[in-house]
Amino acid sequence: MAFEFSAEGKKAFENILTRYPDKESALLPTLHLAQKEFGSFTVDRMDAIAGLLGLPHVRVYRGVSFYTMYQRQEVGKYLLQVCTNVSCSLLGAEKLVTYLGETLGIKVGETTADGLFTLIEVECLGACGNAPVMMVNDDYYEDLTIEKLDALLDQLRRNSE
Amino acid sequence: MNSSEIILLQNVDRPNSESIGVYRESGGYKALVKALKEMKPGEIVEEVKKSGVRGRGGAGFPAGLKWSFVPKESEKPKYLCCNADEGEPGTFKDRVLIERDPHQLIEGIIISCYAIGIHTAYIYIRGEFVKGARILEQAIAEAHENGFLGKNILGSGFDVDLYVHRGAGAYICGEETALMESLEGKRGNPRNKPPFPAVVGLYGGPTVINNVETLSNVPHIVTKGGDWYAGIGTEKSTGTKLFCISGHVQKPGVYELPLGVPLKELIYNVAGGLGEGHRLKAVIPGGSSTPILTAEEAEKVTLDYESLEALGTALGSGAVIVMDETTCIVRSTWRLSKFYEHESCGQCTPCREGTAWMEKILARIVRGEGRPEDIDLLADICDNIFGNTLCPMGDAATGPVLSTVRKFRNEYEYFIEHKRSIVGN
Repeated sequence: MAFEFSAEGKKAFENILTRYPDKESALLPTLHLAQKEFGSFTVDRMDAIAGLLGLPHVRVYRGVSFYTMYQRQEVGKYLLQVCTNVSCSLLGAEKLVTYLGETLGIKVGETTADGLFTLIEVECLGACGNAPVMMVNDDYYEDLTIEKLDALLDQLRRNSE
Repeated sequence: MNSSEIILLQNVDRPNSESIGVYRESGGYKALVKALKEMKPGEIVEEVKKSGVRGRGGAGFPAGLKWSFVPKESEKPKYLCCNADEGEPGTFKDRVLIERDPHQLIEGIIISCYAIGIHTAYIYIRGEFVKGARILEQAIAEAHENGFLGKNILGSGFDVDLYVHRGAGAYICGEETALMESLEGKRGNPRNKPPFPAVVGLYGGPTVINNVETLSNVPHIVTKGGDWYAGIGTEKSTGTKLFCISGHVQKPGVYELPLGVPLKELIYNVAGGLGEGHRLKAVIPGGSSTPILTAEEAEKVTLDYESLEALGTALGSGAVIVMDETTCIVRSTWRLSKFYEHESCGQCTPCREGTAWMEKILARIVRGEGRPEDIDLLADICDNIFGNTLCPMGDAATGPVLSTVRKFRNEYEYFIEHKRSIVGN
């Protein structure tokens, strides 16, 4: 089975287990950790996590399928998550989504051919005072404009070279 | 009246405000010392009751009263959960408290645990707040190093462990029973009540769930007393509140104001008013679930629990979404209905099916395929959801739809008849 946490991941996993009175409670943090290390959840990976936590496989499947931050499919190196909820929409978020789609040549939900960018729309990110807002992987980018998006995409492309 | 009192945001603009050193320089953790050395747990509960502080997450239930429902003696361990699953569209205040004054929150949690006799607490933070979770972990480590967390806090013999638990993208987990399910590693399906969490909560033990802002008030109430806090705001809506204002205003952001302040004051003075040449059309006053106000209503209401309730809406989480005349009410309502459809946990049929149908109908209106009977159909679906679900999310989903159908019916009629918005684009 191709599932083993890195040395650092193992330490983090052991630490997670100390935080709760039972192992099932460790599921969400373990899934976060696994996603960081492996990117997405195949059935094999979910089964391996079930083994680690001593849970029936279905308990892991239901967690991964319920919570939107867990990816079932491989995503690009940069996951562009644009909020299009009401406050962001009032300030033009939908135009940003359209622009990103056109610039990257992909539809919402797709990944660029070079594997760099995946574009998705997400619900409210809790940063409405700085709308429109986008998350790229773990980071927030706020008060966005087309110009800022261009600069950011350039930056991300350079970072990945 | 301390009309300009700043309580919760007093530290947030200091450099390195998230560090324990800066927090202590401004008097941080003195309330904890006072609580542990000079006060009995029951006295703290009494001060919080006297303060009148109501739950700042949205429901507005008196915090002290909530605490008093927890039995003193319990066979199972008692727990405190800090609800940091900030997700109600329009709300972004807890993020400021978490990222820029985490120790204020942690001090509030420790004092609350002492008051209620709790030894384990979790901060359930929404998964997207990766930075916030990192800052909290760091702050918790600092609090441990300084003897404010862990065993025998400041030699008092009182122990508290505090952990950060990250959610993973589910609005419903902000509902207190769904939050506990999620913490236990399950889907965020709300539980039936009763039993209430104060009696049977996390891992079956008595549990208190309070919002970040509510808990952040606790050190100040301990320091200055419940009477001082109750003297701010109005008689029934005491204290200050963090208002998150977004949408069509010049200076969106988080502002701390005493409850009872006119909404007009927040929009036109504090947040700089609308864009030049624009006029107010509507305001969602307390987060996306709270029924919309027309400009006329918004210009006369004050921001407190009872005034907003009297207008058939709510203070909610204090999230004020401002819309100018360029806003298509039908379109923005469709977007909110899409949110509720996406976030329904699927457990209760009226919410699962009802939110999906509302989204479908609104989507076809927005596509120019609406039918005249759709307007009443939307109201009918709201009627079938409201009051018929386990948790408040079903009711929440009806808020934007029913209120806009009632107050902006002409926009729906126009859209259906002309196959385009009443707002030119």
